[in-house]
Amino acid sequence: MSQFPDPAAADQVQIMHKKSVLELRNVDIFYGDNRAVKDVSFNIRRNRITAIIGPSGCGKSTLLRSLNRMNDFVEGARVEGELIFANENLYGKDVDPVSVRRRIGMVFQKPNPFPKSIYNNIAWGPLINGYNDSTDELVERSLKQAALWEEVKDRLHDSALNLSGGQQQRLCIARALAMEPEVLLMDEPCSALDPISTAHIEDLMFELKEKYTIVIVTHNMQQAARISDYTAFMEMGDLIEFNVTKRIFTRPAVKRTEEYVTGRFG
Amino acid sequence: MSFSSEQESIYLARRHRKAKLFALFCAAITWSGVLLLGILLYQVSIDGFRWLDWQFIDSFPSRFPERAGIKSALVGTVWLICLVALISIPVGVSTALYLEEFAGKGRLAKIIEVNIANLAGVPSIVYGILGLAIFVRYLSLERSLISGALTMSLLILPVIIIASREAIKTVPQSIRYAAYSLGATKWQTTWAHVLPASFPGIMTGVILALSRAIGETAPLIMIGALTFVAFLPEGPMDSFTALPIQIYNWVSRPQEEFHELAAAGIIILLAVLLIMNATAIFIRNKTERRLK
Repeated sequence: MSQFPDPAAADQVQIMHKKSVLELRNVDIFYGDNRAVKDVSFNIRRNRITAIIGPSGCGKSTLLRSLNRMNDFVEGARVEGELIFANENLYGKDVDPVSVRRRIGMVFQKPNPFPKSIYNNIAWGPLINGYNDSTDELVERSLKQAALWEEVKDRLHDSALNLSGGQQQRLCIARALAMEPEVLLMDEPCSALDPISTAHIEDLMFELKEKYTIVIVTHNMQQAARISDYTAFMEMGDLIEFNVTKRIFTRPAVKRTEEYVTGRFG
Repeated sequence: MSFSSEQESIYLARRHRKAKLFALFCAAITWSGVLLLGILLYQVSIDGFRWLDWQFIDSFPSRFPERAGIKSALVGTVWLICLVALISIPVGVSTALYLEEFAGKGRLAKIIEVNIANLAGVPSIVYGILGLAIFVRYLSLERSLISGALTMSLLILPVIIIASREAIKTVPQSIRYAAYSLGATKWQTTWAHVLPASFPGIMTGVILALSRAIGETAPLIMIGALTFVAFLPEGPMDSFTALPIQIYNWVSRPQEEFHELAAAGIIILLAVLLIMNATAIFIRNKTERRLK
């Protein structure tokens, strides 16, 4: 195919391009001499849920953490290749990691609310980033988006540590949403939760998709199949296959993927 | 290998007996310490109690025991402790924060760490000599409260730094990551989350350190705190005396009455210590509850 033979096709490509929020181009991640992620390239689409799956130690969490430069805190971690976000390489020389993290939020494996009130958990992030509108409204909006408002509206000034595990995780999601991030990264957000809380959070993700772009790492294949639009399958640091989720789970192109999603290993 | 049920029950009984014995042993050790303290307090009270009255607290020292009091020493000690707290807490906590949060884990940090641990074990008289050379002579601060406070601060800084570092280390990494993931800078993370979460532990270290400072005598004698002061210090540049020095002074006199006065002084010193610790523990528990 020649390059953009007619304007309509060029437009098509343009739209496709706009749909991507984050583009990974030949990304390598090293821990010292250990190459944990090898030459990974794929695009993360706007308003879609992208799941990264794979057996333990395949580099999926490492890859996720590199998307908002949380790897900077790991001693000896180094990223090569390009991660294009808003026309800029996330690892470019002039890029301030603080502003990257402000625009690309993260929810961690274990709920980690601050040992402060529910209200302050949510208001703190925006406040330190110069938010100067009404925080009351912001707190309410964020908690509603995270489907937690009804449960906590009468005790906003109670300690967040009194909430149940599932509520704490939704609070962490609300806290991340309060920053109105362009991308929300989730690192096995349900692995410390019971099935009911997990279902809550999965429902929530469906709603969040309308406004946000989500990347989720999960070791739970059913979860990836249920919630995601795109799936990346990784093994030993290699990206084995990236495709529409349905395709990955029904007609994968690579044998290894099929073996994994049908539960033959991993 | 298999156990007959009989054999197993014998083993179990023996293990339970061992546990009980150990608990008893620990209790005995604890109570013997308390008992010793009790005897000490009793002895001191017998000697000193009859001298304890408002006149004793509100009088300056005198060569007549019935007119002698502890006013200047008490005020001097309060001055000294407040100054020491003002100097050592900010310096100590800042140092701990720097070493834990900002300095790398390089060789220099290691060297500093080892040195601080060593300094915690240096005899207090050595700090006194240092204080004399640097603050009193070189900086010409004379035999003033500020010289004493600076010397005492040096003495307790290692303890504050070590305790604060331990407290900061116990703050879970996940809290820091949570803050960073919201676009916080290192300073914002430290100030808003790490410091408040480690506050109770830091307070514990500060309480212990200040309690040590309040009872120290040697460095103050070294830098030349006066033993006979018939006036109250009005500022940090004034000369002063402190409770342990006054007590030391009375004990070294031949007359029996002065020994009893010394006992009364010890009671006052213990009371000041108790009030100070109680206040600090109260503050600590209050903030601890807020955090939980």
